[in-house]
Amino acid sequence: MSHDKSVLLEIKNLRIEGYSDEKWVDIIKGVDLTLHRGEVMGLIGESGAGKSTIGAGAMGYARDGTRISEGSSIEFDGMELTTATESEKRALRGSRIAYVAQSAAASFNPAHKIIDQHTEAPLQYRLQKRMEAQEDAMDLYKRLRLPNPTEIGFRYPHQVSGGQLQRAMTAMAMSCRPDLIIFDEPTTALDVTTQIEVLAAIRDIVEQFNTAALYITHDLAVVAQMADTIKVLLKGEEVEEASTKEMLDNPKEDYTKSLWAVRSFESPQRHRPKDATPLISLQHVDASYSSGPKILDDVSFDIYEGMTVAVVGESGSGKSTAARVITGLLPPSKGEVLFRGTPFTHDYRNRSKDELRQCQMIYQSADTSLNPKVRISEIIGRPAQFYSGLKGTALKARVDELLDLIELEPSQFYNRYPSELSGGQKQRIGIARALAAEPAFIICDEVTSALDQLVAEGILRLLDRLQNELNLAYMFITHDLATVRSIADEVVVMQQGKVVEQGPKDDMFTPPHHPYTDLLLSSVPEMDPDWLTTLLEERGIENLGDAAAANMSK
Amino acid sequence: MGDILKLVGQRLGLGLVILLVISIIIFFMVELLPGDIAQAVLGQGATEENLTALRKEMGLDKPAPVRYLQWLSGAVFLDFGNSIVTGEQVSSVIGQRFMNTLFLAAYAAVISVPVAISLGILVALLRNSIFDRVANVLTLTSISSPEFFLGYILILYFAVKWNMFPAIASLSKDMSFGELLNRTFLPALTLVLVVVAHMMRMTRAAIINLLASPYIEMARLKGVPPLKVIVRHALPNAWAPIINVVALNLAYLITGVVLVEVVFVYPGIGQVLVDAVSKRDFPVVQACCLIFAATFILLNLAADVGAILTNPRLRHPK
Repeated sequence: MSHDKSVLLEIKNLRIEGYSDEKWVDIIKGVDLTLHRGEVMGLIGESGAGKSTIGAGAMGYARDGTRISEGSSIEFDGMELTTATESEKRALRGSRIAYVAQSAAASFNPAHKIIDQHTEAPLQYRLQKRMEAQEDAMDLYKRLRLPNPTEIGFRYPHQVSGGQLQRAMTAMAMSCRPDLIIFDEPTTALDVTTQIEVLAAIRDIVEQFNTAALYITHDLAVVAQMADTIKVLLKGEEVEEASTKEMLDNPKEDYTKSLWAVRSFESPQRHRPKDATPLISLQHVDASYSSGPKILDDVSFDIYEGMTVAVVGESGSGKSTAARVITGLLPPSKGEVLFRGTPFTHDYRNRSKDELRQCQMIYQSADTSLNPKVRISEIIGRPAQFYSGLKGTALKARVDELLDLIELEPSQFYNRYPSELSGGQKQRIGIARALAAEPAFIICDEVTSALDQLVAEGILRLLDRLQNELNLAYMFITHDLATVRSIADEVVVMQQGKVVEQGPKDDMFTPPHHPYTDLLLSSVPEMDPDWLTTLLEERGIENLGDAAAANMSK
Repeated sequence: MGDILKLVGQRLGLGLVILLVISIIIFFMVELLPGDIAQAVLGQGATEENLTALRKEMGLDKPAPVRYLQWLSGAVFLDFGNSIVTGEQVSSVIGQRFMNTLFLAAYAAVISVPVAISLGILVALLRNSIFDRVANVLTLTSISSPEFFLGYILILYFAVKWNMFPAIASLSKDMSFGELLNRTFLPALTLVLVVVAHMMRMTRAAIINLLASPYIEMARLKGVPPLKVIVRHALPNAWAPIINVVALNLAYLITGVVLVEVVFVYPGIGQVLVDAVSKRDFPVVQACCLIFAATFILLNLAADVGAILTNPRLRHPK
């Protein structure tokens, strides 16, 4: 295989416009990019930076409602894509430039078998006969370390797990041995333990075939493992570009430095008060959904007043179900939830107003948890009215006070609708809505995982301040260990509906660990560009991710 | 597969329950109508003894629930009693007529369903083009004109002016199949024009609804040509709503043809129903209503099952 280092993709002055509010506005404002054969470039930035739009643009593709402006130039291997016809561009897609999407679960067609989708491009371009293409697919599945490589392709997408699908999608992108692959946040939707396998697989296969790649992500630690060079983007413009090592060691621009510094916030650890009754206490709780299998199996943990307990684990480990049991949405099938030492009514429908107000929720997606047709004043005002019976000017004063608490100017936000707010502001409204009930205890369900890191940090600081001022207890459900490190006082680790380890945060982050905690901790990518390589050498590919978790439960 | 059989079994059971409820409603609605059947049959000159004798003979002296059960147990074996007017067995009056209606519906369906779905795919592909708009306007025009009006227009042109097809769809026993198709072409075409628009628009909407899905973008970025994107990637996931609309329209083809049958003097069940209502021939009316209800339920059931079968998550459980 020749390791030719000539220029493969050259983008000059790329401008892409998007149609919004009846006019075209610039989303990408003149970005240049040069990618050589076999090179991996990381595109990094917050949401709205235009990373994905550039990624699609590199294929000459403008998403619905966007267009590539005049004067832009996208030259792929000597061919100018901005002037090429639709069918010329189509001939490149899938064969010479391939795309790996963020959510493999949504990007595989549910109606067709995985292998039929895999072989679609090779058959379309008549590169291979069906049988050859299928054999090649199985070979790629094997290289990407998918279980049962000869059989897995004949399943439908919903029959395969998320991490496996993401690898199958990478295999699909490889089907025609393209010169360039666009990876658009390929591991963002995955658990850390699953992510690591996918990262290792992607890196491996890109090296094997000397494929060039654009790796789009908002996660710095991930891009540090994958990319040779990193380009930082902000609001459709380039901030800076440098080799990965250079960029990590001495970033030049302030914006880049601020991105790097994100994980600095850490609230001091509090300790349990002696001889106090816990605010919330789960005692040997079992729970299941409509006579299905047990989702929670003998779960016990305590949450004390004014403290934050982080509940961590992969998706499906029972974190959110535990929250549903506490709030009464899902009555436990066995066991008891105690509130200040007395049993909490199981079903929320039978709880008194005072019981209900004690325990409030903040949700992951502020977008979908705020009614888009209702003004902010009413979103926050309704619980204040319901629980405290406030009316008229008293209610208005209370809403203003709450808006002040969440650091939003009342006069500006009082009459707005949720769609007029940014993601971080919406999440703040979610917090204010929970505070309006004057609870003792708030469940935060992945509240920062849909947000950019800088915004998420702001939310964490706010939650910490509120906790100190109002003596709140938080149950913080998350899969992100960086968040745990910054805000938790105590940690509960869950796996398959069981609590595998619990204790104060400082103990959790110092060995010895339960093997599962160890697996979780070691799977969190670090800023060190050699982290993945070192980890693979230390643990071996068999002891990572799902494979390791599966070994453990044997 | 066991799950699907169970689902289908459940739907079938539910359909039977609904049919039973409808049979009760039909029977007692007719029961509620004012007037005395015996009186109606014998006319003005009936004596009291004659009336009593006839009531006894027809079983009208028994309480309503008993008569309902008798009627129902007969209906299960397709014995709907005798016509009051002619004394013939209801099933023999309706039987052939119902087959004729089924034939006409099938004729219209065989043309309209493929046409509607291919047109739907085509307008989804060429969405917002001139072709899309023209197709929309034409099908909307045909759906919004009453079918008897459409029928007369077709007769005017195809039968009277151009003399291509017969205006009256009279049937005889010794006709060849070709001649049968020729004679029933105009009523079938009328029905086609009425139902195509609805199905076409649903196909278009169901497909376009899916075009924003990530897997459609993925297909495009794999270099799949536009028509194939729609046929191979969007359509298989759009079947459920399309099948439902198709089923509703097929039901209409059977139960809603009264006017078309009258216009073309076609010997179908619609005509029988109209006659029976005007002559207060209640056993016939009840039987027709029950048949229509059963048709509706069966077709909706088929649509439900079809929608389930097109869902790969149900066909291939984990």
